Amino acid sequence: MKRTIAATLATFAVAFAAPVSAGPREDLLTQYASIAQSSGFSAERGQTLHTRNFAGGKADTPACISCHGKDTRSPGSTPVGKPIAPLAVSVTPTRYTDPAKVEKWFRRNCIEVLGRECTPQEKGDWLVYVISQ
Amino acid sequence: MNLTYRPLALGFIALFFFVVVMGRVQAGGNHFYAPIADPVVKEECGSCHLAFAPSMLPASSWQRMMGNLKNHFGDDASVDADTTARITRYLVANAADAGDRRYGGKLLKGVALGSAPQRITELPKWVSEHRKVPDWEWRHKEVRTKANCVACHTGAEQGYYDE
Repeated sequence: MKRTIAATLATFAVAFAAPVSAGPREDLLTQYASIAQSSGFSAERGQTLHTRNFAGGKADTPACISCHGKDTRSPGSTPVGKPIAPLAVSVTPTRYTDPAKVEKWFRRNCIEVLGRECTPQEKGDWLVYVISQ
Repeated sequence: MNLTYRPLALGFIALFFFVVVMGRVQAGGNHFYAPIADPVVKEECGSCHLAFAPSMLPASSWQRMMGNLKNHFGDDASVDADTTARITRYLVANAADAGDRRYGGKLLKGVALGSAPQRITELPKWVSEHRKVPDWEWRHKEVRTKANCVACHTGAEQGYYDE
């Protein structure tokens, strides 16, 4: 009897684990893609977004790299000097695994830098970029 | 007789100083502001700047600040309603005027409680404690802002603000 229960549980575990194993980052990308009705995300576009200057945001933070630095594998620094963990997933593997946190920082930082919230397409591109780093 | 007592007396004197010194070390120096213990509060209040000790401002200040996170010293630092409530509760319960906060209480010298000051660095006691810091030190590239306590107070994260 115990064995049957264990086997049943195992089957369920496998069945439910399959979609979960795609990971929270992939789930986020799927979400952004469906809202944006996007044909796909590009790390290259993400990099451009990350490094270019915007005029709409705050004067002291015209670009993402103003605080995060040019190298995604090195730590950044907030305007008051607090270190920011590197953006690259290869260096900070825990990054972008909490969707609420990702959304919180996209909202805050996009408003600071671009003067508006980022579009799902921009978020997807940027996320693909830092995942690739 | 004298000769036998002398080492003993010296020993007592040494012991006395040891106790005094160790007592100070254990008390953690003079300026201790208990760091934030709640992990959510620590994360939310400490990702952009040092997670300032709640005992550095009176409850009225924290309430006012938490009511206007959309414009937090010029930045949007808003969080969801539940988190806002949790943080406010913690800050108010541990505020400078919540009682039994020796150095927090000192920081409130000359502060009208109803005035709900927002900047720790504008409290009269803070200003007088830092009056000897020359201008060039504030402008140093490792300091940049008066809110960057850790640049000089290396134990700030742990609550120690001695010189």
